Amino acid sequence: MPPPADSLVLGSLGGATVGAAGKVPYNDRRPSGVGAVVIAHTPVDADAGLAALMAAAQGGDQAAYRRVLHESIPLIRHAARRAGVPPSGVDDVVQEVLLAIHRMLATFDPSRPYEAWLSAIARRRAIDFLRSSGRRASREVHEPVAYENHADDIDVAAGEERRRENIRLGEAVATLPEGQREAVQVLGYGERSLEEGAALTGRSKTALKVNLHRAIRNLRSRLSGSD
Amino acid sequence: MAETRLDDLIDGLAGRLVPVRRLRPPLLRAVFWLAGLVALASAFYVGLGGNAGLMGTRAYVLPAFLAALATAVLAAIAAFQLSVPDRSDRWVLLPLPTAALWLAFSGLGCLADLGVAGTWGESFVEMRQCLLVILGSAIPLSLLMVLMLRRARPERFGRVALVAGIASAAAAGAVLMLVHPHTSTVLDLLVHGLCVAAVIGLNVVFGGRLLGRTQEREPA
Repeated sequence: MPPPADSLVLGSLGGATVGAAGKVPYNDRRPSGVGAVVIAHTPVDADAGLAALMAAAQGGDQAAYRRVLHESIPLIRHAARRAGVPPSGVDDVVQEVLLAIHRMLATFDPSRPYEAWLSAIARRRAIDFLRSSGRRASREVHEPVAYENHADDIDVAAGEERRRENIRLGEAVATLPEGQREAVQVLGYGERSLEEGAALTGRSKTALKVNLHRAIRNLRSRLSGSD
Repeated sequence: MAETRLDDLIDGLAGRLVPVRRLRPPLLRAVFWLAGLVALASAFYVGLGGNAGLMGTRAYVLPAFLAALATAVLAAIAAFQLSVPDRSDRWVLLPLPTAALWLAFSGLGCLADLGVAGTWGESFVEMRQCLLVILGSAIPLSLLMVLMLRRARPERFGRVALVAGIASAAAAGAVLMLVHPHTSTVLDLLVHGLCVAAVIGLNVVFGGRLLGRTQEREPA
């Protein structure tokens, strides 16, 4: 029987404040249960925290489950958008993914990254959505006037999700080995050329290139990847 | 509006939450299935009086047996890996090299014996026994695999069913070579080829359908 979600989250995050940025987390508006009151003020941006919440949910902790599902919504939206789902369809994908999480709850292994597990499900649901909407579109009649009069979809959540994405990327970069982190900082964030990077770091251009390549591969598997 | 809908959905899902037993790692689940294969193979070996010592004396039978066994092991690992959402699609490729070797060695064994009496076929009784061993091992092993895979409610059910079919067919081939170690005749190859195709096909159609259904309904 896993310990209650609040102790797991506090324990695993160790009071981390990454991603708090003064913004009240989405689910803070709907605290429910004793556990949720305690964990509601603990930002759960770190993947380990989400994995711990999922472990608690597997043990039947409803408050932890509610919280991890709420925290998953921005990640699912991001994955759906990356797969090319239009803003009007993103929430349909979110709904499908939440149901899929519920069905496949037993398959999550808390020793592995939660985000990789979630984004694999989200990616497939997004592709399913695009396939089915493609089939629907092929059966629908083109109506230019209605199209012109239809208001554009405004994606209000995109800014917040970009911010979260940047935080996740920053966290992932911080966990890279030193050489790889240096390559990302100099060549990626710093937008330096290989020559400039080599001069700044004292490493050869080849070493920088290899480090950057390895860093990108590591980041890809850390953020959305699979093995 | 959309947020309210999602809030309601989350509340509903949380309200229906019951503790779940976490699935064991895919590798361990594959080992359980392989334990089933070992038990079945032992039963056939003892029941039908197999003579594995003959394996080394017949052309290409031992390499074909080892390749079939390796295919069964690797395909089982691939099937359980693919049943979990966050594992790569490339697991599907894992059993292909050994499957190619299995087919190649079976074919070579048949070619090596061309011209020898009995190459083109064997007695009806012997053929019936071969079929009994193949189907008698492929069917229970397929059922066991599908039952074990259902717990994961796999999303990639078509691909999972295909690899599960390869695992069961290869396992059945290995059991046959263990119990009845003879060089493949032309008729053998044809019948085995048909059986393997049938086992894989049935797994894809029925196994895929059974596994696909787990995606449509919510957990009990």
